[in-house]
Amino acid sequence: MTSPTPSSVISRRGLRYRKVRDRMIEALLLAAGLVAVFTTLAIVAILLYESSAFFDHVSIVDFLTDTLWTPLFADAHYGILPLVAGTLTTTIVALLVAVPLGTTIAIYLSEFAPHQLRETVKPILELLGAVPTVVYGYFALTMVTPVLQWFMPDLPGFNMLSAGLVIGLMIVPYVSSVSEDAMRAVPRYMREGSYAMGATRLQTALRVVVPGAFSGLAAAFILGISRAVGETMVVAIAAGMQPNFTFDPRQPAATITAYIVQVSLGDLPHGSIGYQSIFAAGLVLMLLTLIFNIVGFSLTRRFREAY
Amino acid sequence: MSASAAHLEAEALRRGLLRRKLLDQIFVLVGLIVMFACLAILAILFIDLVRDGAERFGWDFFTNFASRHAERAGILAAWVGTSLIMLVTATCAVPVGVAAAIYLEEYAPKNWFTAVIEINVTNLAGVPSIVYGLLALGLFVYQFDLGQSIIAAGLTLALLILPIVIVATREAIRAVPKAIREAAYGLGATRWEVTKDHVLPYSTGGILTGMILGLSRAIGETAPIITIGALSFIAFLPESPLKGEFPFISFAWLKDPFTAMPIQMFNWVSRPDQAFQANAAAAGAILLGMTLVMNGLAIWIRYRFRKKINW
Repeated sequence: MTSPTPSSVISRRGLRYRKVRDRMIEALLLAAGLVAVFTTLAIVAILLYESSAFFDHVSIVDFLTDTLWTPLFADAHYGILPLVAGTLTTTIVALLVAVPLGTTIAIYLSEFAPHQLRETVKPILELLGAVPTVVYGYFALTMVTPVLQWFMPDLPGFNMLSAGLVIGLMIVPYVSSVSEDAMRAVPRYMREGSYAMGATRLQTALRVVVPGAFSGLAAAFILGISRAVGETMVVAIAAGMQPNFTFDPRQPAATITAYIVQVSLGDLPHGSIGYQSIFAAGLVLMLLTLIFNIVGFSLTRRFREAY
Repeated sequence: MSASAAHLEAEALRRGLLRRKLLDQIFVLVGLIVMFACLAILAILFIDLVRDGAERFGWDFFTNFASRHAERAGILAAWVGTSLIMLVTATCAVPVGVAAAIYLEEYAPKNWFTAVIEINVTNLAGVPSIVYGLLALGLFVYQFDLGQSIIAAGLTLALLILPIVIVATREAIRAVPKAIREAAYGLGATRWEVTKDHVLPYSTGGILTGMILGLSRAIGETAPIITIGALSFIAFLPESPLKGEFPFISFAWLKDPFTAMPIQMFNWVSRPDQAFQANAAAAGAILLGMTLVMNGLAIWIRYRFRKKINW
């Protein structure tokens, strides 16, 4: 056979060639999939490696109990507590904003809004989560803080309150969209059963749909928490970068993430204790995120409703 | 039961019903207010930036380097840096992300190994962005000795948006009906031929959407590239990728130090001098504008492709 007729395509050699090519492509695709695994491993390895160098100089007990964090001063203290307190405070403020707002929007969109409105508003709402965080930082510093100072004249220019409020706004779309998906997954017949008993829409939403979707709501809140804990630029810009062991949101304070940014802005030599300290801080950040995720996962498991 | 008692009971029932219906109405109102308040804040944010930065907008702002004088400081180094970083990020994240998604959807057997990859992708999406910065600082900057360069920043952001690209591509691939694949297999196509000729063309819209959303995330990311050591004061451009003589293309710029739009904005925000706040606002307006345009484009593409395909 000289010309490429259809029969040459299904010849044994052609078939073998195609099979070999398929195998090679599969190997390439698998390699791409493994990038994700290697990234995780690399993150864990780098954080542990540099942190272990840090803990050669600093005892873990001091790290966890000292209430001063001054690694760059002559009188160096390495207590992570002030940074953790800052992180938790901004996160709590953010959740106090995002959970009620996000859940209300989710209930409204899932149970009340007409189809057309929902389809229009959802993508616009998601833009709130797409705004660059450095822009939110500017917003918190130059707009939210002055407005807050109007109500609270004693509020310092840098404070955790305005940073937390803005982070809360930023994570509203994360909370609302995951919650809404969870509520829409509650089967229709459960709503109909409730209506048949004479319940109104709001009663159905609050007493049937929300409990039924609780595991999904918990997942949404956890997603919001991880976002708030890891948020960096808003706190670095608007909350000040002074480590301050306080849970009072009106105070300026540094979070774990803000400290990492602060050190990175300076010019610390590779291998110095200051350099290693940001990896130790990063490790604590990862552990915090992990703890919240484990709590969230067990909540989700515990309250999962099977339909 | 006397007639009047029954009457009273009906009256109470009706009043309860009215109250519950009123509550319903109130909730609708509250829901609408909350939703539109959030949207209004987005609008206020944008208007505020444009207003604060209005005096800086002009050709000079785009063609000047950063400067100690607020009114002469521009974003030339920043936008060039951001463009080059995005180029690196897109060329790394898109092929790898799409390939990983194809593997997971079309090839992967259902076993623990695949589950490990999937769990990894999900977890990576939740890792705080600054941790990617730490990874890049330890791995790219020092272990691979890339230095504080454009390629280090591009690779960092590529890793950061990889989960976004993977998840979006998987969703797009999953939406292609099984019948299409089976018809192709029935004609003797191999797995790759089915993927390349049938599955990928149908999922182009979803893949494009994911790519744009990923890049719009990357363009505004500040923390990870501060961590690897972006400089905020750069008064020169990276080496040009295009050359006058053979081979016309140069990759020397990959190793050049850089600054980027969000870094420049952060630098201006954190200066005590009030005059620089206008520069920060102008840079922020441009950055936010780019993000909004990219997101709008993604929504539009998704909408177009959804309408065009009829299974």
